[in-house]
Amino acid sequence: MTNPRKPERRAAELASPVEAFASVEVDVSSLMPGTSVVLQWRGKPVVVRHRTRQEMEDGEAASLAVLKDPIARNANLPADAPATDANRTIPGQKALLVMVQVCTHLGCIPLGQDGDFGGWLCPCHGSQYDSAGRIRKGPAPENMAVPVFQFVSDTRIRIG
Amino acid sequence: MSDGHSTYKPTTGIGRWFDTRLPLPRLVHSSFIVYPVPRNLNYAYTFGGILTIMLASQIISGVVLAMHYAPDTGLAFNSVETITRDVNSGWLLRSLHANGASFFFIAVYIHICRGLYYGSYKSPREFLWVLGCTNLLVMMATAFIGYVLPWGQMSFWGATVITSFFSAIPVVGDWIQHLLLGGFGVSNPTLNRFFALHYLLPFLLVGVVTLHIWALHVVGQNNPTGIEVKSKTDVVDFTPYATVKDAVGIVAFLFFFAYFVFYLPNFLGHPDNYTVANPLKTPAHIVPEWYFLPFYAILRAITFNVGPIDSKLGGVLAMFSSIAVLFLVPWLDSSKVRSAVYRPWYRVFFWIFVANALFLGWLGSQPAEGTYVTMSQLATFYYFAFFLIVMPLLGLIETPRPLPRSITEAVLEKNASRSKADTHD
Repeated sequence: MTNPRKPERRAAELASPVEAFASVEVDVSSLMPGTSVVLQWRGKPVVVRHRTRQEMEDGEAASLAVLKDPIARNANLPADAPATDANRTIPGQKALLVMVQVCTHLGCIPLGQDGDFGGWLCPCHGSQYDSAGRIRKGPAPENMAVPVFQFVSDTRIRIG
Repeated sequence: MSDGHSTYKPTTGIGRWFDTRLPLPRLVHSSFIVYPVPRNLNYAYTFGGILTIMLASQIISGVVLAMHYAPDTGLAFNSVETITRDVNSGWLLRSLHANGASFFFIAVYIHICRGLYYGSYKSPREFLWVLGCTNLLVMMATAFIGYVLPWGQMSFWGATVITSFFSAIPVVGDWIQHLLLGGFGVSNPTLNRFFALHYLLPFLLVGVVTLHIWALHVVGQNNPTGIEVKSKTDVVDFTPYATVKDAVGIVAFLFFFAYFVFYLPNFLGHPDNYTVANPLKTPAHIVPEWYFLPFYAILRAITFNVGPIDSKLGGVLAMFSSIAVLFLVPWLDSSKVRSAVYRPWYRVFFWIFVANALFLGWLGSQPAEGTYVTMSQLATFYYFAFFLIVMPLLGLIETPRPLPRSITEAVLEKNASRSKADTHD
């Protein structure tokens, strides 16, 4: 039994209603190319996107030099991993992109498959992300975050 | 200004008994009855009284609304609808409170412009001005938090965007944001603490307003000439002169207010806020309430990185600076002359500033793309240039018009020229 007056314990209590849903699972076997599924994790939407061939080609074609944020922002990789298309997607399954669909500017939810880069467009302040969820234009400072996730079976992903 | 000794003489036995124990009637008498005010105050000077009435109105309607409101994400939206449809006179309470916020801001912006025009911030009124700026800041916080309570889409996404400002602060930003929200996003703990704060802050405002009025009564009121009171002929008693003039201003303002309350209750609101908050969907165009639009435009104008400051932090800094710069106005203006009446160039820059602020407000309501961004950047530049370049430099190079020797002289001169122009005389 931990001391209830400890500050870290109190912080956990504050966030407990959302932290109770610490992880969510999704089956991606029925996800066709060009479709996405959105889950709620920590009260925020997480998108699992099965990218089209065009989206994959666009994602790979973008060199690091044209990216506004050259860091992968992938919680499964080292903090300084470069934002290559491969580092943004699932190893060995570059068609699948798992990402917290929250704009890194001021927290709005970007609209999918919109904007000039075939990715996401934030309706609030006009940030545009590419098909790998990397910021390309507008006020957002960072690429959208890739959360911690793992495969619990061949087709099931657990996020968180 | 105040003579230090009071002329109050209680006429009844109970009045004398009370006066020797708690001289509250004496304070009211010397502050609001025989308190001397410049004889040339115009209607721009009635907005202090109007603001006091609006604050009282907001507190009264707000306290009653709180008796019917449920601060829970599952209940809040419906409880506000219940207030509007089922609670006796609830439609009126809500309309008074929601429109009251807007009219509070109309009055405060006019009040601030009055101060900027007549140089009311200059020595010895610097602290009076700083207290006023503090009032504005508390008002803004209260209004923003209050807008979250109906738990519509605009409430939710407005709260998300505004609390995200704090995440732009280096090192401690995420921690502050987490503390404000009570979680990873806007959720039930957020609504609970916002409701508690929305009830607390107006009373804090009452405290700062009291200090503001106290400071005003220590240094005395400025006036359209900007010349200090020099003799008894420059002033009139607060009652009946200022009381009646304030009353006329208040009644006229309330007519205007009542028109919106009864005939256009939703005109200043946004239809998206009649959709219940949805954490998974952002409305296509999120805009704050009209009174925040100029500051919102300044936030969005910073789309570029400045050295180590990225565009996100830069926008947030610019927005907060646009309020912070008001606090510095007494020390930025280098002119020896207070009133714009005698400052031909300052007057021009002032009216451009007002037009520019309205233009920024319009830009804030437009999407953040294309030419709107460029125009916002130009308007933001002028907003800051007015305070940081025009105010310090203009006082050094401008030749003011000759000042009258006293308020009395200014008034008599004006009356003389008026009767000369009158052909029936």
